Amino acid sequence: MPDITVVLPSVLQPLAGGQSYLTTPADGAVTVESLLDAVTGDYPVLARRLRDETGSLRRYVNIYVNGEEVRRLKGLDTEVAAGQEVLIIQSVAGG
Amino acid sequence: MGCMATAESYVLAIGTKKGLWLARSTDRKEWSLSGPYFLMSEIPSIGIDTRGDNPRIMVGVRSEHWGPTVAHSDDLGATWTEPEQGAIKFPEGTDAALERIWQIYPDSASRPGVVWAGCEPISVWKSTDGGEHFELNRGLWDHPHRSEWGAGYGGAAAHSIVVNPSGENVHVAMSTGGVYRSLDGGASWEARNKGISAYFMPDPNPEFGQCVHKIAADAAVEGRLYAQNHHGVYRTDDNGENWISIADGLPADFGFVMLTHPRREGTAWVIPIKADSERIPPDGRLAVHRTDDAGESWKRLDVGLPDHEYNAVLRDAAAVDTAEPTGVYFGTRGGSVYASADEGESFIEVASHLPDVLCVRAAVVSGVVSTDVAAELAAASAPSGLPA
Repeated sequence: MPDITVVLPSVLQPLAGGQSYLTTPADGAVTVESLLDAVTGDYPVLARRLRDETGSLRRYVNIYVNGEEVRRLKGLDTEVAAGQEVLIIQSVAGG
Repeated sequence: MGCMATAESYVLAIGTKKGLWLARSTDRKEWSLSGPYFLMSEIPSIGIDTRGDNPRIMVGVRSEHWGPTVAHSDDLGATWTEPEQGAIKFPEGTDAALERIWQIYPDSASRPGVVWAGCEPISVWKSTDGGEHFELNRGLWDHPHRSEWGAGYGGAAAHSIVVNPSGENVHVAMSTGGVYRSLDGGASWEARNKGISAYFMPDPNPEFGQCVHKIAADAAVEGRLYAQNHHGVYRTDDNGENWISIADGLPADFGFVMLTHPRREGTAWVIPIKADSERIPPDGRLAVHRTDDAGESWKRLDVGLPDHEYNAVLRDAAAVDTAEPTGVYFGTRGGSVYASADEGESFIEVASHLPDVLCVRAAVVSGVVSTDVAAELAAASAPSGLPA
């Protein structure tokens, strides 16, 4: 079964046991929401850094699927195909 | 080389826009600074709980990217712990998400383990396990006024929590909304703003909607509280039923800070800001003002403070310790932190050129301490970012 890979920014890697990416097996397309549920299930602090308690993606967290930020697609309902790679990148923000 | 001794020492926690610094002293004259901790996250709230065997420092941390959380240290900053599931989390069905922790308030020594938090969106929380997990106060969250509470410039938050010795009377102040009082330990709440002006509203004397910036309780007189309002300085002697102005004698009635003495009746401190429309110390001359007679008169205190200062002092960027005489501490938005070991009669600069100071808290800590605080601090690692 092919994996879907989620690539973490370096600043979040300590919250995933030092891993630079997380994978989950997938035999078909899954939504970004269920993908995040799957890969952060063992890392609750990492999960809270990405989404708030309503499940919304934090404002300055960007997730890219096929090079497109998911807010420009279907948000957390955006589908990711098996074998794809998803990037999590913090947006340029702050003073 | 320092040696070990059993003594009291002092810890001053400084929360800024870009991290936390800790200062330690054995005499409140010489301070050693460590940090930054949580670099690039703001620290708008700090609570130092000295009720247990070890002092616990709790901090509200907020990253612009990664959101808010509560962390605590039981070893004066050497290591930090963040509860895996988060200490403060809105329950399902509220459709709300925590934005910022504005206040962490350890309750009295007679209620060990109880810690209150005030948050944005406007909400009050209570922990019974020393700040590791908090429960939402439903009485206030479900209050019929909630939909009409507004946001001050800094956000809509419950920023002040005051609990009386019996634990039955709880006062909360929020911006904007004003003062709310519970007589049943937080189960139910009523607005208590009579006498506090809301000049920015069509009716300047509404039941609620005031922008109360900070409240603090008199240490010795039950039912007496003080308030620094968005223009106006007030006192109540009847548990919030009526508020009277005590602004006469101050150079300005605007400001954010309200501190009270830990033991002595009638003693409070404010740090006036010129006006809503001119948020600098009056004439650019920074000063603390203290009353020793519950606001009947005020004494200007500026020994040791700079001749010119154009930065404001925010509502939680000031604190007292519990020593005798009481220490007074505050930090500016320009990143200077000042300490007084004599109730404000004179100040020294503890730190300068830090990021904007959002919160300071100070405590006397007992136990075996190194007489060489600097070496002890150097030995402690300073975690850098929020996800550490």
